[in-house]
Amino acid sequence: MSHAPQQGRRRGRPAQRRAAESVLTRLIQLSGIAAILILAAITVFLTLNAARAISEVGLWEMITGTDWYPTSENPSFGFLPAEVGSIWVTIVAVALCMPLGIAATIYISEFAGKRVKELAKTIIEFMAAVPSVVLGLVGITLLVPNVRTWLDLDTGLTAFTAGLVVGVMALPTLISIAEDAMHAVPSDLRTGSLALGNTRWQTVYKVVLPSASSGIFAAVMLATGRAIGETMVVLMLAGNSGVIPTAPFVSARTMPGTIAGEMAEVVQGGLHYSVLFAMALVLFAVTFAINLAADIVLERQRKRWRR
Amino acid sequence: MKKWIALALTVALALTLVGCGGTTEPTDAAQEPGAGSELTGAINVEGSDTMVNLSQAWAEVFQTQNPGVMISLKGGGSGTGIAALINGTVDFANASREMKPEELTQAQGKGVTPVETEVAKDGIAVVVNPANPVTGLTMDQLGKVYRGEITNWKDVGGPDKAIVLLSRDSSSGTYEYFKEEVVGKELEYAKEAKLLPSTQAIIDETKGNPEAIGYVGLGYVTPDVKVLEIDGKAASVEGALDGSYVLSRGLYMYSNGEPADVMKAFIDWILSPEGQKVVEDQGFVPLAQ
Repeated sequence: MSHAPQQGRRRGRPAQRRAAESVLTRLIQLSGIAAILILAAITVFLTLNAARAISEVGLWEMITGTDWYPTSENPSFGFLPAEVGSIWVTIVAVALCMPLGIAATIYISEFAGKRVKELAKTIIEFMAAVPSVVLGLVGITLLVPNVRTWLDLDTGLTAFTAGLVVGVMALPTLISIAEDAMHAVPSDLRTGSLALGNTRWQTVYKVVLPSASSGIFAAVMLATGRAIGETMVVLMLAGNSGVIPTAPFVSARTMPGTIAGEMAEVVQGGLHYSVLFAMALVLFAVTFAINLAADIVLERQRKRWRR
Repeated sequence: MKKWIALALTVALALTLVGCGGTTEPTDAAQEPGAGSELTGAINVEGSDTMVNLSQAWAEVFQTQNPGVMISLKGGGSGTGIAALINGTVDFANASREMKPEELTQAQGKGVTPVETEVAKDGIAVVVNPANPVTGLTMDQLGKVYRGEITNWKDVGGPDKAIVLLSRDSSSGTYEYFKEEVVGKELEYAKEAKLLPSTQAIIDETKGNPEAIGYVGLGYVTPDVKVLEIDGKAASVEGALDGSYVLSRGLYMYSNGEPADVMKAFIDWILSPEGQKVVEDQGFVPLAQ
């Protein structure tokens, strides 16, 4: 705070302004810590509310349970249908958005002219701002009937359909982070590669992609986290059946969809309520782990280019 | 550069929206004061999403007749409404199901005595795609279909196609009613049943899928779907009223203790022929007078 060369200037300022400055510094410090506090509070809140389910049903019993009949006389609270459903939706989403997103990133970062690049980046940012309900409605009217006829299925409300839309939703996350990673690759590497006689395309896949690989990996991870947590679209499109899906082309329920769909009508403080919080806890742990992993990888890449 | 593109896109979007607007005329008619009512007060209502439109319609008419009364209304679900009643934050909880024993215990613990008033009935229609040749099912067949014991339309007189089961999700009062009446209290829905988040989602899927079967409130039936006869009786408000059509359930409003003052006036008016007329207008089944 008080470095020697600034001392003279500081003393000259009115006391009032100095006080204001220190208050402001404190406030900013607090906001910095707030994020951590909020995260901790969320964890505590989820755990407290899930406590009843964990003690009465058992966390492991829920995670490995195969039946989801929450409102029956003898309810069973097995998360497995929702867990497997979430995994299928995420696999489809990532399988769609990874190649598309990385290809788009390569084009935007390495080949596009300045104007096209600005335009594309702006439009991708706009994509991120489309509310998920809107995409869900588009999915219901455009995708659901067509998926049914294209693939000759019984119904278009499948994990696959939801995965397609979630994949599109995860694209902006993936592209903007992967683009940052490729942008961070020093241009010396590119010019060096070109000087050695590589074409631009060779430069991309021999030099730029390997150098940015950890950043791109992190982008894919964050997009995965985004896909797992997406709620509205999967609630509207995945079909929410109780079976444990063995392929993406059947109706499946997902963890976020189950929580969102059932929370409104449960007895508050009841067992079903608590079980939904336990499911939220599992979901939170999974997305937290994925984002943490992505962050560690990103940080590693940053360190690499800081030298 | 980037800023300009963003601005241009925003302007384009704004213009599109303005273009969609059309003409909106102010509606003064609803603001006319009622015939010399002196009721004043505020009523908070929260709960069932099924009942939101109905409650809104009641509130509008009642407030027009009693300009001194303010009714605020929130959806969120029956469970949410009942929890709010137990916590003392609302006057009425709307519920499309009866209170559960667990909730009654909670209420007693907090010194709240919930009083139930049945305010309307909701007929449930079983719907299929218009292309489906099946015109009716018996209650027995319907139960077997929803338990997953019949999985092909050919077993109930239709084509050789798999049945795509549609249901509301377990948070819905309709889901629980249907489970008790059709599936069986001790039995379970087939795991293959798709639990959709809204009635509209069921209509949408049935409209586009010739193999689908679903259930919706009578008020939500559209010409895009075909309503099945149950035990040979067509689903209709009249049928539900005289009891010949079996699938109908009660809609409730819960208060803490017997409603008094403004609340009593409101609920009495809801139960009056005028209030029940609104029920019918909204596509629900009025109570037998």
